[in-house]
Amino acid sequence: MIQGTDIRGQAADVIIIGGGIIGAACADELASQGLQVCVLDCQRPAATAAGMGHLVVLDHSPAELALGEYSVRLWRELAPQMPENCAMRNNGTLWLACNEEEMAEAERKHAALSEFGLACELMSGAALAKAEPSLRPGLFGALRVTGDGILYAPNAARWLLQRQPERVRQQHAEVVEVQGNRVRLADGQWLQAGAVVLANGIHARDLCPDVPLHAKKGHLLITDRYPIQITHTLVELGYVTSAHKGNGPSVAFNVQQRPTGQLFIGSSRQFDNEDPTIDAAMLGRMLRRAMDFLPDLGQMNGIRSWTGFRSASPDGQPLIGEHPEQPGLWLAVGHEGLGVTTATGTAKLLAAQLLHTPPPLDLDAFLPQRFIGAPAHA
Amino acid sequence: MTRPVDLLIIGAGPAGMAAALAAAPSGISIVVLDDNPLPGGQIWRDGPNAQLPTVATEMRAQLQRYSNIHLHSGTKVVAIAGPKRLLLEDAERGWVLGYEKLILCTGARELLLPFPGWTLPGVTGAGGLQALIKSGVPVSGERIVIAGSGPLLLASAATAKKNGAEVVRIAEQAGRRAVSGFALGLWRWPNKAFQAVTLASGAYRLSAHVIEALGSDRLEAVRMQTGSRVEEIACDRLACGFSLVPNTELGSALGCEVRDRAIVVDEWQTTGLTDHYAAGECTGFGGSELALVEGKIAGLVAVGRQEEARAHWPERQRWQRFADRLNQAFTLDPALKTLATADTLVCRCEDVPYAELADHASWNSAKLNTRCGMGACQGRICATAAHTLFGWEPPRLRPPFSPARIATLACLDEPAA
Ligand SMILES: Cc1cc2nc3c(=O)[nH]c(=O)nc-3n(C[C@H](O)[C@H](O)[C@H](O)COP(=O)(O)OP(=O)(O)OC[C@H]3O[C@@H](n4cnc5c(N)ncnc54)[C@H](O)[C@@H]3O)c2cc1C
Ligand SMILES: Cc1cc2nc3c(=O)[nH]c(=O)nc-3n(C[C@H](O)[C@H](O)[C@H](O)COP(=O)(O)OP(=O)(O)OC[C@H]3O[C@@H](n4cnc5c(N)ncnc54)[C@H](O)[C@@H]3O)c2cc1C
Repeated sequence: MIQGTDIRGQAADVIIIGGGIIGAACADELASQGLQVCVLDCQRPAATAAGMGHLVVLDHSPAELALGEYSVRLWRELAPQMPENCAMRNNGTLWLACNEEEMAEAERKHAALSEFGLACELMSGAALAKAEPSLRPGLFGALRVTGDGILYAPNAARWLLQRQPERVRQQHAEVVEVQGNRVRLADGQWLQAGAVVLANGIHARDLCPDVPLHAKKGHLLITDRYPIQITHTLVELGYVTSAHKGNGPSVAFNVQQRPTGQLFIGSSRQFDNEDPTIDAAMLGRMLRRAMDFLPDLGQMNGIRSWTGFRSASPDGQPLIGEHPEQPGLWLAVGHEGLGVTTATGTAKLLAAQLLHTPPPLDLDAFLPQRFIGAPAHA
Repeated sequence: MTRPVDLLIIGAGPAGMAAALAAAPSGISIVVLDDNPLPGGQIWRDGPNAQLPTVATEMRAQLQRYSNIHLHSGTKVVAIAGPKRLLLEDAERGWVLGYEKLILCTGARELLLPFPGWTLPGVTGAGGLQALIKSGVPVSGERIVIAGSGPLLLASAATAKKNGAEVVRIAEQAGRRAVSGFALGLWRWPNKAFQAVTLASGAYRLSAHVIEALGSDRLEAVRMQTGSRVEEIACDRLACGFSLVPNTELGSALGCEVRDRAIVVDEWQTTGLTDHYAAGECTGFGGSELALVEGKIAGLVAVGRQEEARAHWPERQRWQRFADRLNQAFTLDPALKTLATADTLVCRCEDVPYAELADHASWNSAKLNTRCGMGACQGRICATAAHTLFGWEPPRLRPPFSPARIATLACLDEPAA
């Protein structure tokens, strides 16, 4: 299809490897800026098809907070144009505190988010029980973040890839080698562009071994359809204080109700396990935890479970920018458990660097230099 | 976790019951589980309107006489909890059961293929209709069309007739030559011949298949192709089944080899997996007599009585020949793969039409892009249909194998005993 016959003998202005949510958002943004984009994808199992699609602002670091807030804002701006099958909802997140210690974390988080201008409020145990009566009685309180949302990421990615057909071309192809701004396909053909963007999730390691990515396995389960049980996305604060701390396998309560009425239950984390099969014990632990918070869940039917891999960088933040040692190769990888959320912001940060326009956020925390070719991290 | 049983048998159809009865005299502990409310499997499905043959009621009574056989009806396998451990669920509870040896007797189900109108109320499978009637749904005075392929059509017609329905048409897709070949082959097995003759009726047509089910809110008529003729038949129900497919999913999830849609076993009914056996229609379509003798052999082998098992080989061979003939006679006409039109739903759970699937190269790609198979049936119907329509390998089962309570699934966190 693409024979390198375009202007300047190139496949396109930009080749993007990977049509998951990150590649799709980048393609859409670059096309909006007038570039011709070619997206190559080979339909491997991908994080975008696996994940929960929780649009959530996290604040492990100021940079994460900034990118998250900006990205979720962009999603909310896109929402009115999104087709119904993207199932975008601005339902807000409730961070649940079981005890005083977790409530202190809620307060800290409240202060941090408020200072950043995010709409959020602390709730007492009683107010929480009123807002979400399905939760077990006796929880300590919660932090409500109103701007957060949910969406069905595979359809959002498809929509982003299809809505500017005059500038975004999709090609089913597997890339087997990358050299700066050139890529070799499985059939042996080389394609070239002004820039190549590596946005193929965890598989980026195969094409660019110096990208430091680790897989973190996660389990998810979805129930049959039920009348409304919960309205917000419910997440335990143990997620930050204890449950997902450290390097051992862990589970944390994270549940949303999809617009279909299905309850979507997460989450688990396992390191150094790249086997996609379901780990029965892990699934059991995750569900036991979910039942702790939502007792009625026990009698509801689970219909499907699956696993996915988060692609994590050493500091948990994505790598967005040009590869320090391969001019013409750009990275948009390492989004860990937050790539659906941060896809919109990632695309803007990448486009600003590619097109030399002022970046909307401070870039430093996301530059690939922090791991590649930088002696500081040796 | 409760103490592991010596022998676990999944499925209480002819194969499962025969296996349990063959193994029981050894005195080992045996658990037989089945997701139906009562033992009997597909052929001896019980219910208010069912009339069971003596062999079925006798086997049932014998099962009860053995104190070392524990029958768990209304119980399904939800997941593999670990090596030789299964997660089970019944109406009240979920639990993990360990076993030393396992015999898979999971039987077969009907192949349902999509055609325009197949999702209308009033349209069921052929075996589905039979099950409905046996469970007590009244059909007296209703006009019923039965279509598809294989002896199940006749069995279903017989049940419908016995319960007062007017069977206005039985449409067999196979041609005359195939079926007369089949009928000729019957002379050596008088029982079967008798069955076929009494069931055959004036409503029977060969080389006939359904084109479309018609109706607005409910089935009103069926458009049929009979040879080169197209006709419309008014009816209240359409029962349509295109032969049977073995239930291999659990075997495959356990790691047993599956070839040509059936669990692979050797002459001892052992699968490639140590201590795991399979018998009956999960190892290939063959009818109840074959299921009985295979079950018997598996049960004997599981308790180390190989010599006795060997004595049953000739009998098995006899029924296997019958089964082979049957399978040949009713080979599906490729035209049946083209009944669905662009907007015919293939996945009923997620409302995915034929046209959306046809562009894809594999089940995985289709699933990823259309949500096909992501509903409560886990693709049991649509993935099986897609296998026939497009040749796509069906996916491996993932837990939960069928919808199960979260409280049951949470039992998976129990450490192995
Ligand atoms: C269990 C789990 C829960 C999650 N929950 C959330 C959540 O609630 N909120 C949130 O924001 N994020 C969540 N995430 C994270 C989020 O899903 C990911 O960060 C995001 O989907 C990453 O998108 P991606 O486009 O980078 O990668 P992917 O979605 O993995 O896409 C990569 C694409 O590249 C293609 N590809 C790979 N190799 C090649 C090649 N050689 N040639 C051509 N194409 C190739 C693949 O086919 C694929 O389409 C979760 C992740 C997991 C695993
Ligand atoms: C719908 C239908 C109707 C049929 N009607 C007739 C008929 O009228 N006359 C006739 O001669 N033949 C009929 N047959 C053919 C019949 O299947 C065989 O002749 C015979 O019953 C096969 O015996 P079996 O023991 O191998 O399997 P089956 O009789 O199919 O028994 C298997 C049993 O295992 C159970 N099971 C399967 N998987 C699981 C699981 N994971 N957990 C728990 N339980 C499980 C099933 O519910 C079933 O009760 C019918 C077949 C089908 C599919």
